[in-house]
Amino acid sequence: MQSIDLPLESSPVGAGGYAAGEGRGELAHVMPARVLVAVFAALILLTILTVAAARFDLGPANLTVALGIATVKATLVALYFMHLRYDSPFNALVFVTALVFLALFLSLTMLDAVQYQPDIRSYETAPDSGFLAH
Amino acid sequence: MSLVGGSDNYLTHTRGFRSWALTLDHKRIAVMYMVGVSATFLLGGVFALVVRTELATPGPTIMGFPAAESQPPSAENQPAASSPASPPAVEATAEGKNLYNHMFTLHGTVMIFLVIIPGMPAILGNFVLPLMLGAKDVAFPRLNLASFYLWLFGAIFFVVVLHTGGLDTGWTFYTPYSTGQGNSAATNTSIVLAVLGAFILGFSSIATGINFIVTTHTLRPPGMGWFKMTLFMWGLYATAIIQVLATPVLGITLLLLAGERVLKLGIFDPALGGDPILFQHFFWFYSHPAVYIMILPGMGIISEVISVFSRKHIFGYRFIAFSSVAIALWGFLVWGHHMFVSGMTPLAATIFSALTFTVAIPSAVKVFNWLATMYKGSIGLATPMCYALMFLVLFGIGGLTGLFLGTLAVDVHVTDTYFVVAHFHYVMFGGALVALLAGLHYWWPKITGRMYNDRLGQLAAFLLFVGFNLTFFPQFVLGTRGMPRRYYDYTKLLERHPEFSTLHMLSTIGAFLTAAALFLVLFYLIDSLVRGRRAPANPWGGATLEWQCSSPPPHDNFPTPPPVGDPYDYSGLEYDPALGGFVRRSPDADRSGGPSLVPSSG
Amino acid sequence: MISHAEPLGWHPPHLAHHFDTPRQQFAAGKLGMWIFLLTEVLFFGGLFCAYAVYRANHPEIFIYAHQFLDKPLGAINTAVLILSSLTMAWAVRCAQLSQRRGLVLCLALTLACAAVFLGIKYVEYDRKWEEGLKWAGSYAPRQVREPIPPRDPSLPAFPPDHGHGSEPRNVGIFFSIYFAMTGLHAVHILGGMGVIAWILRRAVRGDFSADYFNPVDYTALYWHLVDMIWIYLFPLLYLIH
Repeated sequence: MQSIDLPLESSPVGAGGYAAGEGRGELAHVMPARVLVAVFAALILLTILTVAAARFDLGPANLTVALGIATVKATLVALYFMHLRYDSPFNALVFVTALVFLALFLSLTMLDAVQYQPDIRSYETAPDSGFLAH
Repeated sequence: MSLVGGSDNYLTHTRGFRSWALTLDHKRIAVMYMVGVSATFLLGGVFALVVRTELATPGPTIMGFPAAESQPPSAENQPAASSPASPPAVEATAEGKNLYNHMFTLHGTVMIFLVIIPGMPAILGNFVLPLMLGAKDVAFPRLNLASFYLWLFGAIFFVVVLHTGGLDTGWTFYTPYSTGQGNSAATNTSIVLAVLGAFILGFSSIATGINFIVTTHTLRPPGMGWFKMTLFMWGLYATAIIQVLATPVLGITLLLLAGERVLKLGIFDPALGGDPILFQHFFWFYSHPAVYIMILPGMGIISEVISVFSRKHIFGYRFIAFSSVAIALWGFLVWGHHMFVSGMTPLAATIFSALTFTVAIPSAVKVFNWLATMYKGSIGLATPMCYALMFLVLFGIGGLTGLFLGTLAVDVHVTDTYFVVAHFHYVMFGGALVALLAGLHYWWPKITGRMYNDRLGQLAAFLLFVGFNLTFFPQFVLGTRGMPRRYYDYTKLLERHPEFSTLHMLSTIGAFLTAAALFLVLFYLIDSLVRGRRAPANPWGGATLEWQCSSPPPHDNFPTPPPVGDPYDYSGLEYDPALGGFVRRSPDADRSGGPSLVPSSG
Repeated sequence: MISHAEPLGWHPPHLAHHFDTPRQQFAAGKLGMWIFLLTEVLFFGGLFCAYAVYRANHPEIFIYAHQFLDKPLGAINTAVLILSSLTMAWAVRCAQLSQRRGLVLCLALTLACAAVFLGIKYVEYDRKWEEGLKWAGSYAPRQVREPIPPRDPSLPAFPPDHGHGSEPRNVGIFFSIYFAMTGLHAVHILGGMGVIAWILRRAVRGDFSADYFNPVDYTALYWHLVDMIWIYLFPLLYLIH
């Protein structure tokens, strides 16, 4: 019972479920050691970079730079450590879907929450409002 | 292989408590869910009857009677327009009002978290999905069993809640009443236990969702592409997508609420700098898609039943399939419509209102396709079809009234009134639960190997239809005239709306009629287990794969994989009176001049 | 559907009865784990949403309060976790190549890194406790730092506070978010350690080989996600300016 309409493995599946040309034992791509080490080194370098960047004040770009570096790191982890580069594209789609829906949740909630802040501030600063009496 | 089960099937394959408690068989897990969910449905129903009984009269009916000396009738207790002959109104005690809060809260939480959300995927999905695939089981049988035990533990938590502090916040747990910190008016009930129970139930839901998605992707037989799947499978798949995307957000929300109460975390409590509207955003991001979890499997069932009992290929298969996924994904965009009057900004409200209108479109697409399927079909009115027709009417009403609620100008007036209560009962009960009953009656012969009394089934369906409408239609009227929801005592409203008494009384009578109908269902279904005719493999003439194994199915479903064809092509099936069911017409039938009766699976 | 390399009907020992081939089983398990990771992303996502909302609405709280966090320890923890991801990915490689000793070593190193991470976390939390820097309901700082005035003059000045000197009001909310996020993350580290320990035990027993390493692979996926979440937590909590 093979279901191949939405391919779960990126390599073509032959009889017995093993890809053509692969040995009996190879269920999935094996990551070469040098790739693992290279990704590790890149991640450490990027960590140093992000700490260093924190020393400089770039104004509103601070957050963008920090999140940008974090995203590069996360992408490296996902593509290489988590094998997404050599895996079925559907698994990557699953992961991206999570991020898309998270973005949806964050953006609509923030759209509302940021906009009603002035109401709250006006309660807070009104004299003798009794608001949040400690 | 025997087509009329009874010899060796999944029920008789192994015996003993452990063989059920530690089973990995999806069919047994489904049966355990069926028993559990029925029990919690009974519990939720009892709470409903208590609520309705209390509301039958304006003042205290069964709770909150003050001690005789403590409440002298005073001027403000009397409705000014009451006739001189009517007895003086009694003001309910605070304890009574609080008890009422517990009753409707527990009704809501039990029904939503323990019955309607798990119900169809766990019972019918578990049983039927692998059979529809011609498969031996779901992708992760142990995860499936875990999912059942998680449900069971969640249910136990709620039962414990009943015996400790109860719950009185409404099933929505709004803060700051529920956070209980820095606020002496906050609730003192078993919130932590309840939210932990719901948290555990969330894992049950997620586990089922993961299982069904992977099963659909990996266990389809050769020849069954995505567009050869049954529409029930599409419904389950779309439901599973919502389960995995939305439930985690509920999880974190409940965890944070527990943190609020135990640690004074302060994220939702304004006394500590928190934001209570943020709680509502978090809560409804799950709870709106959750209503689509409730309805999508039901819509899948309706597609099956309407097609089979019209003896006609489903009309617009791809439209229905795509609309299921569309509802699942679009449903994530509209949660703000539960918060129109919470203080959200007009811009956000407008966006959510517009999106709410568009999310109705895929549902309408389905309804039109179902009607087109029935057009010029050969309609059979067996019990499953009775429920399917009921669904069309009740879901139609419920869905359309949702549009009223999505309209900002109208919602401002009817929000938090009985209009909302009527709307969601029409869709959740009249829609989802009726679909569950349709599916239960449709697959009952397959699950149990017995036929129930169809006349009683039709009678019960009719009684349920009358009872249901009697209960909830008056509530639309109550709502538009201003009766607020979650109110214990409406004596003071009678001044301007004396008809409220009558409407509430009608609603209560309807509730008891509904309960009677449901008890009748319970009766004849259990009776069928003892005295029902043994069911053939295919009593209704379905063309989907589950009808190609015996009723009940053997332990491993299909000794050889069944051939895959069009799931809605009935041309190859005909009724065999001797068997009492349908069989596959042999290919020689047309040439020999008479149908030869070949068993529908070999 | 049956491999021509094995006799007809032969079922490899690790193959469950409802799957046809090991590859199908592996692919199914992997998809299942990715969907579980999707749920974890959304689970943590709620906290990221709370963070985003509060940071957008009260930047002064975040700019002020993050001074109390220990940047060097946070950076070391980031490096430690990245190292643990390396050892975990290497463990998968060892399992795929049937290198049992390598597999055991890598899993043990991963556990060690995780323990170091938790140890450093403990030190951080301990300092916060001593300083009285806890979540909103229990916030009682022993000393206050100088407030950092908002860079943007259009932002409102700090509303007068009621008891903590010159701090912005409701600083405790930052620590609520901090403890909720890092605490939940630490719980996931603990859970991961439990699973890795179990996998380690099975690896020592020789359960894994090139034919069957599925649990190692799935555990690694989970572990990498935990690392990824920290990769975002670190700049968002520790490196605000």
